[in-house]
Amino acid sequence: MTQFDAIVIGGGLVGAAIGYGLVRDGLRVAIVDEGDIAFRASRGNFGLVWVQSKGLGAPHYQRWTRLSAEEWPALAAELGERTGISVGLEQPGGLQLCLGEEELEKRRAMMEQMRREAGNFGFEYRMLDRSELAGILPGLGASVAGASWTPYDGHANSLNLLHALHKGFGERGGTYLPGRTVIEAHAAPHDFRVEFAGETIVAPKVVLAAGLGNAKLAPLFGLLAPVRPQRGQILVTERTNRLWPLPLGSLRQTQEGTIMLGSSEEDVGFDTGQKPAIMRNIARRAVLCFPWIAELQIVRAWAALRVMPPDGLPIYDESEEFPGAFTANCHSGVTLAGAHANAFAPMVTAGALDPMMMPFSAKRFDVSAAA
Amino acid sequence: MFRPRPDAPAATVEVEVDGRTVRVPEGASAAAAVLLAGLASLRDTPVTGSARAPYCMMGVCFECLAEIDGVPNRQSCMIAALPGMRIRRQRGARDIDPEDVPRTLPSFPIPAPRSGGA
Repeated sequence: MTQFDAIVIGGGLVGAAIGYGLVRDGLRVAIVDEGDIAFRASRGNFGLVWVQSKGLGAPHYQRWTRLSAEEWPALAAELGERTGISVGLEQPGGLQLCLGEEELEKRRAMMEQMRREAGNFGFEYRMLDRSELAGILPGLGASVAGASWTPYDGHANSLNLLHALHKGFGERGGTYLPGRTVIEAHAAPHDFRVEFAGETIVAPKVVLAAGLGNAKLAPLFGLLAPVRPQRGQILVTERTNRLWPLPLGSLRQTQEGTIMLGSSEEDVGFDTGQKPAIMRNIARRAVLCFPWIAELQIVRAWAALRVMPPDGLPIYDESEEFPGAFTANCHSGVTLAGAHANAFAPMVTAGALDPMMMPFSAKRFDVSAAA
Repeated sequence: MFRPRPDAPAATVEVEVDGRTVRVPEGASAAAAVLLAGLASLRDTPVTGSARAPYCMMGVCFECLAEIDGVPNRQSCMIAALPGMRIRRQRGARDIDPEDVPRTLPSFPIPAPRSGGA
């Protein structure tokens, strides 16, 4: 039996960011991870640090996302210095292109609602028309009516981020336990015991960051995490010279030159297969935005599963039954990495979530409590 | 460094590898022609600029990317050498000039922003 100060279950971007934050606070931490058979949203994501569309109708989520985007530069710099790994962060703002007037008008209304809901917190945005865009983005397609812009958006190399968080975690003395599937867990207030095949670890704190696995783990700790898989598909082109000065929402060019094309949403359970009809629509939107993309070869394509709460908003919670147990669930492990390492982890270290996290509690799904 | 197997068919297909004329047997890949031409490297990577040459010879590693008959980023190990083929070295990422791509797209309706769902 090995004793830690905190056990983080899940070694993807969410668990690694929280684990990194906890060891930085001086805790002895174990990150428990599955193996390569795990559904790895962290290895299939798009790599955006994306703010502008997050939290419509949910200003607390907008603020949390903004906070994360603000923490990102410090996290990226720290990881670079400590691990020598560049996470390739660029935050030049972002554009979301709209095809046709109808999309543009919908987008305009949405951005205005975001601004209203931000209240005194503020939300800077601008709608760009076609002619303004054409000056920024060469070879713009005729169907592009305009775009929304905010200064908060960016992108990063999410694989390097995962690598850097793990390396930083290990270098600060964290214990990474891969290839483990939780067989049994015993919870008591500030006393948690997690068992794998022939192995037991204990700690006064536990953080459930196991992505889709949280749905089954949470009840063992007096928590609720009703997340379901939502499939997203991505196409990737060959590398070209760099063409865009900023990420374009469902299109982005990486620092190495590949162009990534998204996005899709499908409710298909744990199926990570790809569907030609979806891939075709992704490609069609891309070439409507930029006809020259049709000249590029697609070199890779994949699907991955988002970790999706019922209302699409993250779930952060602490167990009332078993104080010391926390959970984090979201579909934006890249965007929210800054918040997870620099804001959420310190709350776990302190032993309680900040009141600002209350709207993220899974209590919102409890009909009897809401009635 | 490389030479044909003793039992290889006669080298009858003439291709150009970075300015050199090379003969390979019918059915050999463009990457095989690169190896027989004796090039120390075929490209510089867009990521680090380091020199690369054909490696896995089975379509997996993408190290053998080359410009073939004017088309960049072709996997030379997956393409059969044809008479007169021009295989050229690549430095960094391919170039595309967005303003200079004459292309007529087939007409199709605008797909929803997030296809397949809400």
